[in-house]
Amino acid sequence: MWSAAVDWLTFDVLRLAPQTRLGQAVNFFLYDSVKVLFLLTVVIFVVAIIRSFFPPEKARRLLARGNEYAGNVLAALLGIVTPFCSCSAVPLFIGFVEAGVPLGVTFSFLISSPMVNEVALVMLWGLFGWRIAAIYIASGVGVAIVAGIVLGRLRLEHLVEDYVWQIRMGEAQVENPSWPERLAYARGYVKDIVGKVWPYVLAGIGVGAFVHGYFPQGLLEAVAGKGSWLAVPVAVAIGVPLYSNAAGTIPIVKALIEKGMAMGTALAFMMAVTALSLPEAIILRKVLKPKLLAIYFGIGAATIMGIGYLFNWLI
Amino acid sequence: MSPMNIKVLGAGCARCQQLHRLTKEVVEELGLPAQLDYITDMAEIMKHGVMRTPALVVDGTIKVSGRVPSKAEIAGLLTTATTAATGTTGNDGK
Repeated sequence: MWSAAVDWLTFDVLRLAPQTRLGQAVNFFLYDSVKVLFLLTVVIFVVAIIRSFFPPEKARRLLARGNEYAGNVLAALLGIVTPFCSCSAVPLFIGFVEAGVPLGVTFSFLISSPMVNEVALVMLWGLFGWRIAAIYIASGVGVAIVAGIVLGRLRLEHLVEDYVWQIRMGEAQVENPSWPERLAYARGYVKDIVGKVWPYVLAGIGVGAFVHGYFPQGLLEAVAGKGSWLAVPVAVAIGVPLYSNAAGTIPIVKALIEKGMAMGTALAFMMAVTALSLPEAIILRKVLKPKLLAIYFGIGAATIMGIGYLFNWLI
Repeated sequence: MSPMNIKVLGAGCARCQQLHRLTKEVVEELGLPAQLDYITDMAEIMKHGVMRTPALVVDGTIKVSGRVPSKAEIAGLLTTATTAATGTTGNDGK
């Protein structure tokens, strides 16, 4: 449906020839941006409604009872549905630890929550199809579970800033919102998120369209294809400093895959972008001593690389 | 009548500063008799039982947590708080 409308717009209205590079690039840009912006609005609205049923206070209560292993799995799953913003990472961390949630379980949550986020899902679904989106969710949860278990086993409680253990949290009344409140929250959330990411979506798709139309096919086969072992760690190293901007990077990644980047390498790159970022490190430094911060990022990055190699081998 | 006690909780993130700014503007525009504090100390924030910042606390009750409401919504929250506190009937003639 989109395809016919966009073809008409590019080739009939704008009078660009389908076989030219410019025509290809413009067609690609219009098709993807219309589709993705539409999906973003619809999916974020639905996700916001679901999230209104899972405040972090609920996750905290559920996880405080749990043990390790089962707790890691539950934490990784709750991370998908619980709303998360990196500005809440510190109170969330303290709230979990204070309630007796094991450190490794807390880390599972902290990894899964930003990584499996609605913007990344929409971008993947819209640009790659639901299969890749599902693979991304499953491997995101997998990374969160494995990294959380490893971090928990290392017994690093002494590397959490000492003041964290002294904080006593007050009991807050968390009221159940009514349906009109949920809908109002979802509308506000859509406005907030779509209003923030749309320039990145368009910029990302624009760069992607340029790559699509102007770069030769198979350009990246040699450097970032399946056979290139170094590509996975390099992709993760580039992805970490990029601030969790799934909106801008995923369209570019799509174009890079077309030019020969391997799927596993691309997945690892996207996960590094969303899960690990420099601003988040600065925020988490308030509760983690530098050594634990380094271990957290190291194990996170290593697990993500594992996913990259796994999918380069599988797909 | 003691002034209303308003607290904005947030450890200095952009959205937290935004909520503080908007709340301050609302208090000034409506001329509310209120004491507005911006709390950035983590231990103090956690005492309120808040896990999502920014949060808006009026006379000890959490009104908003984890989002930045519009100025109109903040005004609504603050004016219902005053009528409840002083026991007067609503003053909706705006």
